[in-house]
Amino acid sequence: MNSNTGVRVGIEIHQQLDTSDKLFCGCPTLLRDEEPHFTVVRRLKPTTSELGEVDRAALFESEKGKVFHYQGYKDSTCLVELDEEPPHELNREAVSVALTVALLLNMKPVDEIHVMRKIVIDGSNTTGFQRTAKIALDGWLDDDGQRISIQSLCLEEDAARKISETSDRVVYRLDRLGIPLVEISTGPDIRSGEQARRVALRIGRILKATGRIKRGLGTIRQDLNVSIEGGARVEIKGVQELGLIPTVVDYEVMRQKRLLEIRDELKKRGTLQPRPEISDITEIFASTESKVIKRAIQSGGKVLAVLLSDFGGILKEEIQPGRRFGTELSDHAKVYGGVGGIFHTDELPAFGITDFEVRSVRERLGAADNDCIVMVAGEEQSCKSALVAVVRRAEMALKGVPPEVRAANPDGTTHFMRPMPGSARMYPETDVPSIVVTKATLEKIRSNLPELLEKKIERYTREFSLSQDLASLIVDSPYSATFEDLVINHGLTPSFVAATFEYTFKMLRREGVDVDLLDRNAIREVLIRVHRGEFAKEAVPEIFRWLALNKGKSVSDAVSALSLSAVGIESVRRSVSEIVEKNIEIVKREGERAVSRLMGDLMKLYRGKVDGKVIHDLLLEEVRKALQDR
Amino acid sequence: MVSTYGYKGRALDLITKYGIKIGDRILVRNEESSFVGILMPRSELDDDEHIVLKLDDGYNLGISVDSLRIEKIPQEDVYPPPPKLPSSKPGLPRVSIISTGGTIASRVDYRTGAVSPALSAEDLYQSVPELGDLAEIKTEILFSLLSENLIPENWTAMAKSITRHIKDGAQGVVVTHGTDTMGYTAAALSFALRNLPVPVILVGSQRSSDRPSSDAYLNLKGAVLAAAKAPFAEVGVLMHSTSSDGELVIHRGTRVRKMHTSRRDAFVSINSPPLAKVSDGKIETFGNYKERGGNLELKADFDEDVVLIKSFPGIPNDIFDPIIHRGFHGIVLEGTGLGHVPERIFPAIKRAIQSGIAVVMTSQCLYGRVNMNVYSTGRELLSMGVIPGGDMLPETALVKLMWVLAQTRDPDEVRRLFLTNVAGELSKRSEYAEVWHP
Repeated sequence: MNSNTGVRVGIEIHQQLDTSDKLFCGCPTLLRDEEPHFTVVRRLKPTTSELGEVDRAALFESEKGKVFHYQGYKDSTCLVELDEEPPHELNREAVSVALTVALLLNMKPVDEIHVMRKIVIDGSNTTGFQRTAKIALDGWLDDDGQRISIQSLCLEEDAARKISETSDRVVYRLDRLGIPLVEISTGPDIRSGEQARRVALRIGRILKATGRIKRGLGTIRQDLNVSIEGGARVEIKGVQELGLIPTVVDYEVMRQKRLLEIRDELKKRGTLQPRPEISDITEIFASTESKVIKRAIQSGGKVLAVLLSDFGGILKEEIQPGRRFGTELSDHAKVYGGVGGIFHTDELPAFGITDFEVRSVRERLGAADNDCIVMVAGEEQSCKSALVAVVRRAEMALKGVPPEVRAANPDGTTHFMRPMPGSARMYPETDVPSIVVTKATLEKIRSNLPELLEKKIERYTREFSLSQDLASLIVDSPYSATFEDLVINHGLTPSFVAATFEYTFKMLRREGVDVDLLDRNAIREVLIRVHRGEFAKEAVPEIFRWLALNKGKSVSDAVSALSLSAVGIESVRRSVSEIVEKNIEIVKREGERAVSRLMGDLMKLYRGKVDGKVIHDLLLEEVRKALQDR
Repeated sequence: MVSTYGYKGRALDLITKYGIKIGDRILVRNEESSFVGILMPRSELDDDEHIVLKLDDGYNLGISVDSLRIEKIPQEDVYPPPPKLPSSKPGLPRVSIISTGGTIASRVDYRTGAVSPALSAEDLYQSVPELGDLAEIKTEILFSLLSENLIPENWTAMAKSITRHIKDGAQGVVVTHGTDTMGYTAAALSFALRNLPVPVILVGSQRSSDRPSSDAYLNLKGAVLAAAKAPFAEVGVLMHSTSSDGELVIHRGTRVRKMHTSRRDAFVSINSPPLAKVSDGKIETFGNYKERGGNLELKADFDEDVVLIKSFPGIPNDIFDPIIHRGFHGIVLEGTGLGHVPERIFPAIKRAIQSGIAVVMTSQCLYGRVNMNVYSTGRELLSMGVIPGGDMLPETALVKLMWVLAQTRDPDEVRRLFLTNVAGELSKRSEYAEVWHP
């Protein structure tokens, strides 16, 4: 569906780095869930010079009164995150990872790094700006023979974590603020959602190849810039999963096409710019059955309405699955007015609002059949702001697609967040000295570039005889370094180690066992001891299960608790010959086939303690001997 | 000298050669890349091997001058429309804002990254519109100095300017000030402005006003409110009372000390409750204060020949030689504990006093008062003629001694004046507090 609409997509990837310190202070890069130790309350003062058109001014108004609460921990957030101490010097470890990524993406590093302050007024940065530095420009990667340009790589501080929000206050946690992020932006060269997914995956794998990035939920964020011919550039934030990218792109293309169709329909009708004339229609609802409206009136609120001439039927037009044009208006009402939503005559009578009430409202506003009325119930000023925003959005429909920032919903549809920011408001961070990127630094990084995942997969299939599937899984996993260590330095069987990390762990995760929190050294010890024959392969899942449940205990504790301690090979041999002796008739009758029959009894004895293969081999040996003897 | 905006050596030669100046839009090229952007100033501390360019996406980056070629791109100057000026409502109290340095309000030009101070009344109304609801404001730019560079002469100039504004009908005066030495200035103005009829509020900020999180705006609003409405007519220092943007505190000018390098609530009242707290537009006072009214008397001279010396283990016994030799008029000692210095410097102190230098003892503990009768060391110092500084801060004692010595050099008169409470700097009682430290 994308080929004929002139789809252009650009991706912006934000990836947290796994450095020991934050970007501008000595705090650990650690997110925490326990009760915070303190809260500091701040306000931000957006400066007037950053405002321009009416839309931005309106947004500014809605942000203006907000109070920000910042939660912190005494031992893992400091005065720098609190904006109570100047930033320390730029974290060199983070710079080195960023330069590594830049070189892997064929980019040109800058000669000298300058940290900037990018104004952000939503409170997510205590300073009111995000510190960010351009590290490299002008790179590329190859997608099926097409060159996708990589325009820019910036190193920046992550924002504080939003914990909760009400109309007048936002609670943030400082733990995330200052974690180093790389921001990688492609050019608008991508032509489809599927290609966008592939490119995002490629960049993700290049990042993983460094071995220096954070893994897990929320550590990578993808933003998409999507436009179609005749549409507008729309930025979609917060696409968490790669798999959702094609859907998000397709739905946005659909939305822009539908908005263009709506524009054409309105043109055909000769619809004029709607006027923001707001009427108070509270008394029509004096004895309404609508719970929402009743509650609003009871708490001293109003019901306000505005007429959208010649918009009849337009608000119920679907523009994305489950989202109508009315939903777009409602998004704006929510953002600018802080109201819960809107009612409009395209969907009424409903929600307890009667046909009689609708007719009274239409009469009151002098609505013709082809008109639509939008209503909001609640605190008067909020309702007014909401309806002004609704009228403004309706007016934009006459022009087509408004450029804006949207947020992805879990199903791949999107909702309005804010107007497209003007050119970034940046000025130099004078508290942080610039850093010269010397030729020597670059040479050092260039000669130690990590192996790309594609190369690594190929090497794993070649050197370790892993299947393509297992090789890609292990290469992509956080255990890839542990895998190589065990196989290369300790001589473990590659397929066993890889299967443990990818298949056994997957199975345990599905059971709810938190294997990813297991101590790496304990994991290594278990596998090495299995390799030495101290206990059987079959016992591995059970040991990990036990270790995950008994935090802080050692592998030896697990072994004795599960009575897995190794059984001497001699005693196994004895049991094997006893069994063969006892069942000599069967052995004589069935020959080597008797082995599978006798295995069952032996496994009952040794499950988890002795490797099944070892028992099998011993048994076969014993049976052969018995057959020869006779 | 013409400013080269941090450019020097090779980088300066290059931009000079191409006739480029800061703010020009240029195309630069080397073998590998080319960039378009605006030439930006450079930090004085940076090397001479790079020029700084602001790209169209807002980022700055440094570009090596090696084999760099530059072309100037002609551009039209864009003038922003003149801002609309909100004005104050009629009938509001008249408040003067005197700026001495730092930027309590400023505007950022995001095109060039330049931060320009907002100093005129118009600029202030523009950046802090709420001021127009609080007072009718008059402004004066007295000087533009980093507070670490201020000298006693500047205190005199400030006191004179404040006097002028009060004589012209100001019902309160706000002095914007860098925070480093704001405590010293506050003490100086407390002594210089005798029988003050209106409040004088010094205000600063710990986060520069170009950032949205600056404490400057809340502090400035609080200061104007206090100048307009506070019942006391004293010199106060207004800053945040906690790390949060909420409550503000006004410290008495002679009792305040900067106790933290960077926090918003760095200023602390020592050995005294603060004058007042301000929250939600309301002023709550503590303890006694001088009420509004009276005839202002200016005593704004300071004797600069005074030094402040901190005692420490191993302080050399000839440390006072150059001071005595050079003929200083006063020494404030920051002694240990109750007011002690090592015995081995006693002869030097004795010589200083004999040569006509006034010697005052304060304590580096800051909290509490000196008492030189408890140990023999103290008693001996007293018998030499050292003047005990009571519960006065060492910095306040320094300023006070400068003020006293400008009035008299007579040892008895110096002692009498120094030991008289002039501006709340000395008290007879040490009040109990559950928590004595900040």
